[in-house]
Amino acid sequence: MHEFSIMQAALETAGEKTRAAGATRIHRLTLRVGALSGVVPEALRFAFDAMKEKYSAAAAELEIENVPAAGWCADCAAEFAVAEINYECPRCHRPSGELRRGKEMELASLEIS
Amino acid sequence: MCQECGCSKPGPYKVGERLVDTHTHTLPDGTVVTHEHPPSLRSGATSDDHHAHGHSHGHEHHHHGHGHEHPHQVLNLNTGILNANDRAAEQNRGAFKALNLLAINVVSSPGAGKTTLLTKTLNELKGRLRAGVIVGDLATDNDAARLRTTGAPVVQIATGTLCHLEAGMVAEAMKQLDLRALDLLIIENVGNLVCPASFDLGEAVRVVVHSVTEGEDKPLKYPPMFHSADVVVVTKTDMAAAAGFDRELALKNIRQASPRAKIFELSARSGDGVAAWCDYLVALKAGAGAR
Repeated sequence: MHEFSIMQAALETAGEKTRAAGATRIHRLTLRVGALSGVVPEALRFAFDAMKEKYSAAAAELEIENVPAAGWCADCAAEFAVAEINYECPRCHRPSGELRRGKEMELASLEIS
Repeated sequence: MCQECGCSKPGPYKVGERLVDTHTHTLPDGTVVTHEHPPSLRSGATSDDHHAHGHSHGHEHHHHGHGHEHPHQVLNLNTGILNANDRAAEQNRGAFKALNLLAINVVSSPGAGKTTLLTKTLNELKGRLRAGVIVGDLATDNDAARLRTTGAPVVQIATGTLCHLEAGMVAEAMKQLDLRALDLLIIENVGNLVCPASFDLGEAVRVVVHSVTEGEDKPLKYPPMFHSADVVVVTKTDMAAAAGFDRELALKNIRQASPRAKIFELSARSGDGVAAWCDYLVALKAGAGAR
C-alpha cells in the first residue's frame, strides 16, 4: 500500500549516497525486507519500475533480501521462527511479543559507478 | 503516488488552516519535484548536488571518450529506509518526555469509531487529565469539529493524499498546541490499518481500535499493525449481538497477533467499559508516561 512512499525514500537516499560518492549511476539496489515489515516485495518492484528513471537508476536491478521473522522467548532464552503470525514459543508454548528479526526495511547496499 | 490507496509521498499538507511549505528540487534528469523534506535531510545533501548535474553528457560503459573511468563500486549502507521519519519520531518522543506528556497514537480502519471513542474519552477525562488532540484525515476538518465539542484543543492535519501521519507532520501540529498545559496528547491517525504501522510518531503507546462490526479476523488480516499495538480497544460492543460477533474467537485472534497488547472492550455509545479505559490512561500518565 505505502510501497511507493517507501521506494521513493529508498531511491532518494540511494541518490544522495551515489552523488556523495562522486558517482552518477546506480546499477544495483539491494533492499532488506522483513517478513513482518508490512511491505509487499511485488509492490516494491512495481514502484521501483515506475520511479527508477527519475533517480539515475534506469538500468538498475532491484534485489530484495527477505528476512524471515524470529521471535525471542525470554523464559527459554531462545529464538524461535515466527510462522505466519504465530508468536508462540514452540518449546514452552507461551506467546512472546519480542521480535528479534522480521521488521527490517533497509537499504542494504548499492552498486554504483 | 501509491496506486492502490491513493497515498503519496507528502505533498503540501495542511495543519489547521496553515499550508505547510514544501520543498522543490531538480532531479538528475531535470525533472522538477516538489515535496516536503524533513529538516534533518536538508543539510548535507545539498553540498553534493553538483555531482548530479555535472555528468549529463551521456557516456556509455563501453566507450569512454573522456579519459576518466567510472569503476563500479559497492556501498554497504545497511541504513533504515524510514530513518528520516524515525529520527523525527525520536525528537517528538524527547519533547513528550521533557514535557511529561503522555502521547498515544490511535489507529484503526476507517469507520471503526476512533472519533466517537475519543470524544467520549475526552468527556470522561474532564477534571482528571488535560487532553489535546491532533487528528489526521485526507481532507475536511469534520473530525476536529466533533472533537472540539468536548472543549479540548484540537489541531486537524489534512494530509492531502497521504494515507498515514508522519512524525514531521505531528511536530508541525504540536506547534499549534500549548503542550505545557496538557497531560495527554491523543494523536488520531488516518483511518488505515496498513500504512500507519510503519510510521512511528514518537508515541508512548499505540492503540489499535477494532470494532465488533469488522468481524473477528481483522488481527489475522493485518498482522503488522496488530503486532505493533500496545493496546487493543474492541469498540461498539453494544452492537455485538446484531453483528453476530464471536467474542472468544476475536479475543483469541487479538492475543495471537498482539501478544503483548492490553485489551479493553467497550461501547462509547452506551458507556460500558469506558471507565476502565479512562482509568488506564490516568494510571499510565501517573506512571510518568513511560511504556
